[in-house]
Amino acid sequence: MVINQLSVFLENKSGRLTEVLEVLGKENIRITALSVADTAEFGILRLIVPDPERTRELLKKHNFTVNLTEVISVTAPNEAQHYAKILRVLSDLDISVEYTYAFSLGEKSLIILRCSNSDEAIKALKSHEVEFLKASDLYNI
Amino acid sequence: MEIWNRHFECMDRDGIKHVQSERLRETVERVYFNVPYYRNRMQKAGIGPENINSIDDLQKLPFTTKQDLRDNYPFGLFAVPMSEIVRIHASSGTTGKPTVVGYTRNDIATWSEVMARTLTSAGASRHDFIHIAYGYGLFTGGLGLHYGGEKIGASVIPISGGNTARQIQLMHDFGSTVLACTPSYALHLAEAIQESGIKREELKLRVGVFGAEPWTENMRREIEEKLQIRAIDIYGLSEVIGPGVASECPVQDGLHINEDHFYAEIIDPVSLNVLPEGSSGELVFTTITKEGLPLIRYRTRDLTRLNYEKCKCGRTMVRMEKCLGRSDDMLIIRGVNLFPSQVESVLLEMSEIKPHYLLIVDRVNNLDTLELKVEVDEEFFQDKISQLEALRQKLQNNLENSIGLGIKVTLVEPKIIQRSEGKAQRVIDNRKF
Repeated sequence: MVINQLSVFLENKSGRLTEVLEVLGKENIRITALSVADTAEFGILRLIVPDPERTRELLKKHNFTVNLTEVISVTAPNEAQHYAKILRVLSDLDISVEYTYAFSLGEKSLIILRCSNSDEAIKALKSHEVEFLKASDLYNI
Repeated sequence: MEIWNRHFECMDRDGIKHVQSERLRETVERVYFNVPYYRNRMQKAGIGPENINSIDDLQKLPFTTKQDLRDNYPFGLFAVPMSEIVRIHASSGTTGKPTVVGYTRNDIATWSEVMARTLTSAGASRHDFIHIAYGYGLFTGGLGLHYGGEKIGASVIPISGGNTARQIQLMHDFGSTVLACTPSYALHLAEAIQESGIKREELKLRVGVFGAEPWTENMRREIEEKLQIRAIDIYGLSEVIGPGVASECPVQDGLHINEDHFYAEIIDPVSLNVLPEGSSGELVFTTITKEGLPLIRYRTRDLTRLNYEKCKCGRTMVRMEKCLGRSDDMLIIRGVNLFPSQVESVLLEMSEIKPHYLLIVDRVNNLDTLELKVEVDEEFFQDKISQLEALRQKLQNNLENSIGLGIKVTLVEPKIIQRSEGKAQRVIDNRKF
């Protein structure tokens, strides 16, 4: 379903990612999923955490630039064809995927999607019987 | 509109000229007999005090520069015995030896007088609480405002710089109505107030007097919007006296120079010729009442233009435009003249960007390179790389269009670029010549 992802603006300099993780570590915040997108000069750290609002305030207090972004979380069997199928459903409807990242959970995989149109994407995925992950399930992983 | 000293501030032009001529004659005589440096320079030029009869003769005298002050460090240009000096200030000296200035008791009185004019023309009075967040100490900002504030009878709060949280707390608790600090610190305060949880309605601020560093009209608008105050530009330099050399009136159409104390000329910084009325060029000051450190034709390096028309506020004192830049801040990049203020204007036109920037000049393979580090506005930050890239590209294009130079733009995290309580460093030039 739609969940809140934290996005953190990072300058591309050594130690910056470590600082974010140390801030979270001190408060015992668990990270369910993480991905970094980068250019030559800056990067965006994307995080799925159990309490995004609280984590945002915490990072802001430490002078990080943080935003909450809505993303879709789904689960599928851990085989490439299933990931492909999901993306195909979206591309057939001209819904573009701005970015996606995934990781394996034994037999299954967790897939995070950021789409140009979340509502349309969810409708399409539902009709293709894609299994969604609720926020509560996600954070218990 | 209150005017502190109507006699001088509204004197007709002929009267001003008469006062200036008389005071110049006295000054030249004093420096000739009391300062060996000036005597030597004048003798070399083949002139003496007898050649200076009116302000029109000023052009015969040689210029004085910051380097001359340094060469005579610390007290070599003082025109009175040290027993007459009651105060010493000094510049930070980041580019060499500090420049040292000394004041006699009369100089402190003059300084208080011109600062009283400044504060009155900004709309302050004895009913105000003046929050002075300029640094106190060797820097002239804090104490200059302080003496002027006391002279008009206001309640002066000498909070000095630093500890922003406490500044906001006291501004709130004391009900400060006038804020005096650098414009970059005013913006920093505005941001900090937003974050502090104190609502704007709970503050009584209504006017700010800002100076000590260059700032643009756009920056003024931003300060006025964010702090909901009227932002008044003041101008001064410690060599001449400190703050109080010139200041805006409520008409906000130029800064009135206190020219019964400081005579202004505009010269071409290259040919050193005095330029016709209305031309823009380098501002040059001659102090005509100062006793401790009188300066003859002191080159400020500030670029501006003078307007001798009578102002709508009633003052007749000549107005200088907001400084357009500095003749020594001017960067020559691949043969193109560039003032940091030009970059700032472009930034301020874009709401997605904060006007906090650092310009880094370097030379790679004999080619000048220009990099602009600029902070991403938190409100604008989204998690799409494409959007940030587009913003970077847009800024880069805007800069190229308005300046005619390719500048590499780098987005950096907010609040990493230093906010200053003194003068902000906006340019780092790493070129070796």
